[in-house]
Amino acid sequence: MDPYLLRKLNRERAARRAVIHLTDLGDGRDRVIREGDPVAGDLGAAVAAAFRSGRSGIVAAEGREFFLNVHLPPARIVVIGAVHISQALAVMARTAGFDVTVIDPRTAFATEERFAGVDLVADWPEDVLKARPLDAYTALVAVTHDPKIDDFPLSAALKTGCFYIGALGSRKTHARRVERLTALGHGADEIARISAPIGLDIGAANPAEIAVAILADIVRALRRRPLAGDGA
Amino acid sequence: MDEATDDRLDPLAVAERWMDEGRTLALATVVETWGSAPRPAGSHLVIDGDGNFHGSVSGGCVEGAVIGEAMEVIGDGEPRMLEFGVADETAWRVGLSCGGRIRVYVERIG
Repeated sequence: MDPYLLRKLNRERAARRAVIHLTDLGDGRDRVIREGDPVAGDLGAAVAAAFRSGRSGIVAAEGREFFLNVHLPPARIVVIGAVHISQALAVMARTAGFDVTVIDPRTAFATEERFAGVDLVADWPEDVLKARPLDAYTALVAVTHDPKIDDFPLSAALKTGCFYIGALGSRKTHARRVERLTALGHGADEIARISAPIGLDIGAANPAEIAVAILADIVRALRRRPLAGDGA
Repeated sequence: MDEATDDRLDPLAVAERWMDEGRTLALATVVETWGSAPRPAGSHLVIDGDGNFHGSVSGGCVEGAVIGEAMEVIGDGEPRMLEFGVADETAWRVGLSCGGRIRVYVERIG
């Protein structure tokens, strides 16, 4: 492996960019491919498929054998709202292996005491997401019920293509949210990506159970995300 | 933080750190698995010239043999493809107790 490529690979991974380290198993030559970099022919098709599936493996192309090591950014969850559900969700999501960030400008909610050991930011999502933008490997969970806080990150998540977007609220609340997001220029198909009412329908009856429902919903979105050719 | 984001545990981050310290290194990578292999394709083990290692390519079953080969690779710079399976099916003395088979690519860094 080329030492320069090892540095480049680590730099790309630290910046949460999807990359493939491609090695020709015949002569040992290697390179790092970013998602979206043009790669021609059969190898290009295999590279595109590997970015979608996230699975590393050997491919035969152009009469040669290549190993594709796929590095997708680890999934993380951004929670808007430092509410009771978020307290349970932050703990459970970390146990399940997700990085979690909780954002809430209301300093009465966003306290160290309520979120010990959690990455908590007591600021407006508009400001936080400027410095720490959403990406396709992020799940956005909006649970404040307050349009002033929830709407901006929901709209940003739709534009970014977050792998999961969920919003808390009754059907009535969500109907008004749909109107506001439509007014912001989002199409019906796009808005339909929002999981609302949030979480899998498991009859969750309290904040901790709702957190289970949300986390299960996120895991399903992550593991069953549609691949090209699935017609989705 | 999971393994991929924690620099103390991530084999590629460790490899870069060891490289910066001037150590000679080999990188072993699981490139193919069959059956119930303990570590998926893409898993890394980094080895230095003194036999220090970090990461894993199996649940500890074949690391010893991989480290031995890595010493050779660090010496001559020639990458090698190793295959491990149940002990009686291959020429290797070591095997995977889980019954799976793996191919491990070992290359020098630099």
